[in-house]
Amino acid sequence: MTMVHTLTPTADLKTDVDDVARLLTADGERIHDSDLDGWVADLDAAQLRALYRDMVLLRRIDSEGMALQRQGQLGLWAPSNGQEATQIGTARVLRTDDFAFPSYRETGVVYARGAKPEGFLRAWRGEAHSSYDPHELGTAVQQIIIGAQALHAVGYAMGIQRDGADQVVATWFGDGATSQGDVNEAMVFAASYQAPVVFVCTNNQYAISEPVGVQAKAPIAGRAPGFGIPSMRVDGNDILAVTAAMRWATEHARTGKGPAFIEAVTYRMGPHTTSDDPTRYRDKDELERWRERDPLTRVEAYLRSIGEFDDAFAAQVQQDADELGAAVRPTCLAMTSAPALSILDNVYAEPHTGLDEEKTWFAAYLDGFAEEAQR
Amino acid sequence: MTELTMAKALNEGLRRAMRDDDKVLVMGEDIGKLGGVFRITDGLQAEFGAQRIVDTPLAESGIMGTAVGLAYRGYRPVVEIQFDGFVYPAFDQIVSNVAKLHYRSQGAVKMPITIRIPWAGGVGAAEHHSESPEAYFVHTSGLRVVAVSNPQDAYVVLRQAIACDDPVVFFEPKRLYHGKGEVDLDVDLADAAPMGLARIARAGSDVTLLTYGAQVSTAMDAATVAEDEGIDIEVIDLRSLSPVDYKTVTASVRKTGRVVVTHEAAREAGLGAELIASVTERCFYHLETPPVRVTGWDIPYPPAKLEKNHVPDLDRILDGVDRVLDRPNSLTGVEL
Ligand SMILES: Cc1ncc(C[n+]2csc(CCOP(=O)(O)OP(=O)(O)O)c2C)c(N)n1
Repeated sequence: MTMVHTLTPTADLKTDVDDVARLLTADGERIHDSDLDGWVADLDAAQLRALYRDMVLLRRIDSEGMALQRQGQLGLWAPSNGQEATQIGTARVLRTDDFAFPSYRETGVVYARGAKPEGFLRAWRGEAHSSYDPHELGTAVQQIIIGAQALHAVGYAMGIQRDGADQVVATWFGDGATSQGDVNEAMVFAASYQAPVVFVCTNNQYAISEPVGVQAKAPIAGRAPGFGIPSMRVDGNDILAVTAAMRWATEHARTGKGPAFIEAVTYRMGPHTTSDDPTRYRDKDELERWRERDPLTRVEAYLRSIGEFDDAFAAQVQQDADELGAAVRPTCLAMTSAPALSILDNVYAEPHTGLDEEKTWFAAYLDGFAEEAQR
Repeated sequence: MTELTMAKALNEGLRRAMRDDDKVLVMGEDIGKLGGVFRITDGLQAEFGAQRIVDTPLAESGIMGTAVGLAYRGYRPVVEIQFDGFVYPAFDQIVSNVAKLHYRSQGAVKMPITIRIPWAGGVGAAEHHSESPEAYFVHTSGLRVVAVSNPQDAYVVLRQAIACDDPVVFFEPKRLYHGKGEVDLDVDLADAAPMGLARIARAGSDVTLLTYGAQVSTAMDAATVAEDEGIDIEVIDLRSLSPVDYKTVTASVRKTGRVVVTHEAAREAGLGAELIASVTERCFYHLETPPVRVTGWDIPYPPAKLEKNHVPDLDRILDGVDRVLDRPNSLTGVEL
């Protein structure tokens, strides 16, 4: 098993966030890692600028989402601020015909898979349980049951094996999710069948209010080898390192070597969702320390240092972000609710007499109001 | 027509379904070389290989969750849960994902998963091997639930379940696995009674006896005995527990005016409660007497040596028939 990053079991994961593989320091200085370097040797400045742009756009989507929720236009929002490098860096490595199984937080994955604004808003607005057609985006319905999607990913990967295809599956889950039976069962199944699946654990330090130390006493990436799955622990705020790790992991899965596991060590800058208050469980200093590791400023600094980030580029990205941001709001406000009777649709794929009867009844009941209104 | 046990009929059903559609695959514990603990998958791995008859790790949520992913990919997984009492670790995946994904995706994602469960008691099994969890699934929208009672239905309904684009929880009564019956293996599925229809197992005019699964045979015995006393019982084998074929049920109740429901699952919030509530809503003015439930007690399934006291037998069913006929309750005389 190759590519196992050296792991130091630790009693305090919070102080050990630097025990990660990285290619860019917090100041944007390019450093070297023999495991990672080769995987991004071909990545040129233009590609890195494209990744930077994606991250800026994602941050803009996120701030629009937060604002729309605060204004009562969305029922809830799960911010991805701070996690852009992890989400974009992993999702952008996938091919369009690969398949993604994200959780509620991976707006960046959904965006990278090609979703238009409606595709990340509809469910949060409460108009439907999902915002896009999974088969169109190659992306499963975002998962709310913690960890369940890891198993779906493995099952999908088993299907790929049966089809003799060279696609891979990626699934994202949090540090909290690694405590769930489903994530552990997923690793058992994936290893047992050598399924082409990449597990991306986004260790953003918290499961709502619980620090990662409640879920784990040693780095989470250390678990995968116990299942027979090689793993890497990377700096989740370093887009270069994340891209390298994901390229390694997908290549591993795509070439028939079986599953791979990445722990991306990052930080959620905002609340868990718009319904919680993070000041109750974490302090300002911690937040400030992480602000210094911001994934966007880091790439910017690096690109500047090599003369690849100028004002024209910055202005273009800003304009793209403004355009996207401007599209998010009207898309949200223009959404119309489906008719009342439609709540009884799609429970089953085929006719179901019990539900058909309820539908007939409800339709007549609704018609009654229409008639009353005419009188 | 061939005489087959229900076990063999199920085995044939799986075989034909797999031959008909190469997207069908079976997953479960010990279903490969061993052929399943009840031998329902006997010989199938030899014919279809380990990619289609999949021995899984010992993890029910894992089995169910990976089946979801396979369904996303266009496969039609048939999942074998080794015993009824072991479906609970998979319950989250069934209720939260299998049942809801079609709805959650506005119809974009189909979950044609068949969940086969060797089911209920009467075979002297150890603890956790004789459970009747059907009400949990019937209560879950998005699932279809069927329970078979004879080899012919086992063969046909299993194939219909696998062909169905919805998830189907398929209950196989263990105590009937080795009961034989005539099976038409060449039946045209398009001509067979649809999966949702109830079957009038015995026509009668005095009392409607509603039941399903292994209780159908006990109910038939009760009807034979009652006939000697001049009581003509109509036995309805529901076959489908979700949806219930209320057309057949209400036609019968309107004719007889009397209803007894029997099942071996516990009474409280069991299927009997639902059936009687629905029948009462639909046929209140046709009922001559209050409907009666004859069910297992509200207890965890008892030890094997005592299970005969739990599963309603012929006498308890006849006692229920007496009550619904307003005959003095010969066994207890206790007013409920
Ligand atoms: C099975 C289950 N239990 C509890 C919850 C409620 N819940 C939603 S998010 C969350 C924390 C998840 O933390 P983590 O896995 O670290 O992911 P993150 O939100 O940090 O991305 C909890 C407890 C849930 N959605 N599902």
